[in-house]
Amino acid sequence: MSSLDTRAMVLCALFAAVVAALGVVPPIPIGFLPVPITAQTLGVMLAGAILGPRLGFLALALFVLLVAIGLPVLPGGRGGLGVLMGPTGGFILSWPVGAFAVGWLARRMTAGTRPLPLFVCCALGGIGAVYAGGIAWLWLVSGLPLEKAAMGTLAFVPGDLIKAAAAAAVAATVRRVRPMPV
Amino acid sequence: MILGLYLHRDSPVHRWPAGAKLAALVAATVGLLAWPGWTGPLAGAALVLWLLRLARLPVKTVLTQLRPLFLIMLIFFGVQALFTDGGWREGLVTTLRFAVLVLLATLVTLTTRIGDMTAVFERVFAVLRPLGVDPEKMALMLALTIRLIPLLVGQVQDIRMAQRARGVERSVLALLVPLVVKVLGLADALTEALEARGYDPTGGVRKE
Amino acid sequence: MPPDPGKERRHRLMIELHDVRHRYDERPVLDGITLTLTERRVAVVGHNGSGKSSFARLLNGLVVPEEGRVTVDGLDTRKDGRAVRRRVGFVFQNPDLQIVYPTVEEDLGFGLKARGMARPEIAARVDAMLRRYGLEEQRHQAAHTLSGGEKQLLAIAAVLVLEPAYVVFDEPTTLLDLRNRRRVAEVIAALEQRAIVVTHDLDLIAGFDRVLVLDRGRVVVDDAPSPALAAYVERLS
Ligand SMILES: Nc1ncnc2c1ncn2[C@@H]1O[C@H](COP(=O)(O)OP(=O)(O)OP(=O)(O)O)[C@@H](O)[C@H]1O
Ligand SMILES: [Mg+2]
Repeated sequence: MSSLDTRAMVLCALFAAVVAALGVVPPIPIGFLPVPITAQTLGVMLAGAILGPRLGFLALALFVLLVAIGLPVLPGGRGGLGVLMGPTGGFILSWPVGAFAVGWLARRMTAGTRPLPLFVCCALGGIGAVYAGGIAWLWLVSGLPLEKAAMGTLAFVPGDLIKAAAAAAVAATVRRVRPMPV
Repeated sequence: MILGLYLHRDSPVHRWPAGAKLAALVAATVGLLAWPGWTGPLAGAALVLWLLRLARLPVKTVLTQLRPLFLIMLIFFGVQALFTDGGWREGLVTTLRFAVLVLLATLVTLTTRIGDMTAVFERVFAVLRPLGVDPEKMALMLALTIRLIPLLVGQVQDIRMAQRARGVERSVLALLVPLVVKVLGLADALTEALEARGYDPTGGVRKE
Repeated sequence: MPPDPGKERRHRLMIELHDVRHRYDERPVLDGITLTLTERRVAVVGHNGSGKSSFARLLNGLVVPEEGRVTVDGLDTRKDGRAVRRRVGFVFQNPDLQIVYPTVEEDLGFGLKARGMARPEIAARVDAMLRRYGLEEQRHQAAHTLSGGEKQLLAIAAVLVLEPAYVVFDEPTTLLDLRNRRRVAEVIAALEQRAIVVTHDLDLIAGFDRVLVLDRGRVVVDDAPSPALAAYVERLS
């Protein structure tokens, strides 16, 4: 971290603030889905895809810190330690890892500006890594059998896949307009 | 936004130092998770109810923060009762244990100022220095993020308004592409502003 | 700070540009500028894209020229960037992008903290600034809730608290209403420091000592305000 330059610090703060700002956006209804999607996990995927693994991780770590110090930055004006300690807290706590995974995969796969590889990165990192963390937390604190804990979260996967597609499209467009050293 | 969830009351709980409250929360969490059976959660529940009274927090506010968790807790209890060997008894104990933890954590959040909480985390960063964490940088980034949230909420609202004026109602792309492009532009301007004000990320403390 | 006091005295209070050239993507934006600035108040005018902001950023080393040399009191912006930025404060057009801390008081203290100044001294200087610019009541206010004029005053105060020898302003009044434009104009007029002001606001510069007109990266007029502005208006038509 000692090698962080000013611009890197600014970018992390900006993306943490973007994720917070997306929590204020009213959920966006999408035709065939029963539940409207909230935009915050899109921010997680975008941070990874645009900032790369290290800064993406740091940006989301900052965001988790905002929640922890008691800022109402989660949808519905929620925040605070209670949310993080709840049964679903693992899903938020693993956002930094999710952003890291998206960025790391994008680099490994040299995804560049290609939407399809970017989609795979966003899905694996933003859904795979985040769910793994969330489910592990749920399992750890509840003593539920792992497969039961996992089953309960399946309902949210379709919405998150759509988000991964959207994040990939946004990242591809942005990376074309503003090439970043990712 | 900047005020956070802190709720001012004249109470001893509010006056306890933030670091002590956080340390106690960590201790209580570890204790409760390690303590088998139903005595732990029951004792915890009694403690947390007493603390809530002591802190003079309005019941309604506490409940508002917890409302989304009720549903999750309910599902949680149902799943536990149906699927674990312990049946509903075990389910009740685990759910109660959780409710206590969440209430304790919420109590800390509602009774501790953002500034005091930030100061505790800054001390934690200082301890983590050997692991490569730079406490000064973390503190600056945290302050900068808090400063930037209202600016970005404004940007999000502006973009949505502009899109709506052009007949685009609910496109995720039409919101996020301009937002991220704007953010990268802001990054240039803010970097320049920090440097113009003499911020130098390589320098530690320099003497006047 | 300066290693050689003799050298310091020789170059007292002047900014010098020697045949400065700069390009963005092959396109020249500064095209051979040679100048010595010694006046108390210098204005820079010119149409959009003429290179005013790029010129302003040269003066405190935010932009280092591809060719040529810029020196401030004998310090080269290329080699002594940090020392130059201490000497030359910079106020941007949009104060929203210049305020980095959540509240007024914290933001005023930021530059001093970055210099490693002791807390009590920071507090004293911040107090003085708050009093001087009438921001005492806003001390604990969230920066984003200030009015546009108050934000610009805060941005200016945050630069002046660092006690630079020069202040460069890049369109400080463009986003303000008439009343706040006056207020900022008064603040600039009352500065002890030397000021270089980029602006489209011709009222602002009436009492200045020198006006530079930029066009396509060159200084095409360099004169006292009234003849310079007359020449500028003539070039426009
Ligand atoms: N970072 C950059 N990258 C590429 N081109 C740039 C950059 N900064 C400025 N330019 C270009 O350089 C030219 C001069 O820009 P500059 O901002 O100095 O003009 P200006 O006189 O300040 O204009 P305005 O009155 O609109 O502020 C413009 O054509 C601009 O597009
Ligand atoms: Mg300009």
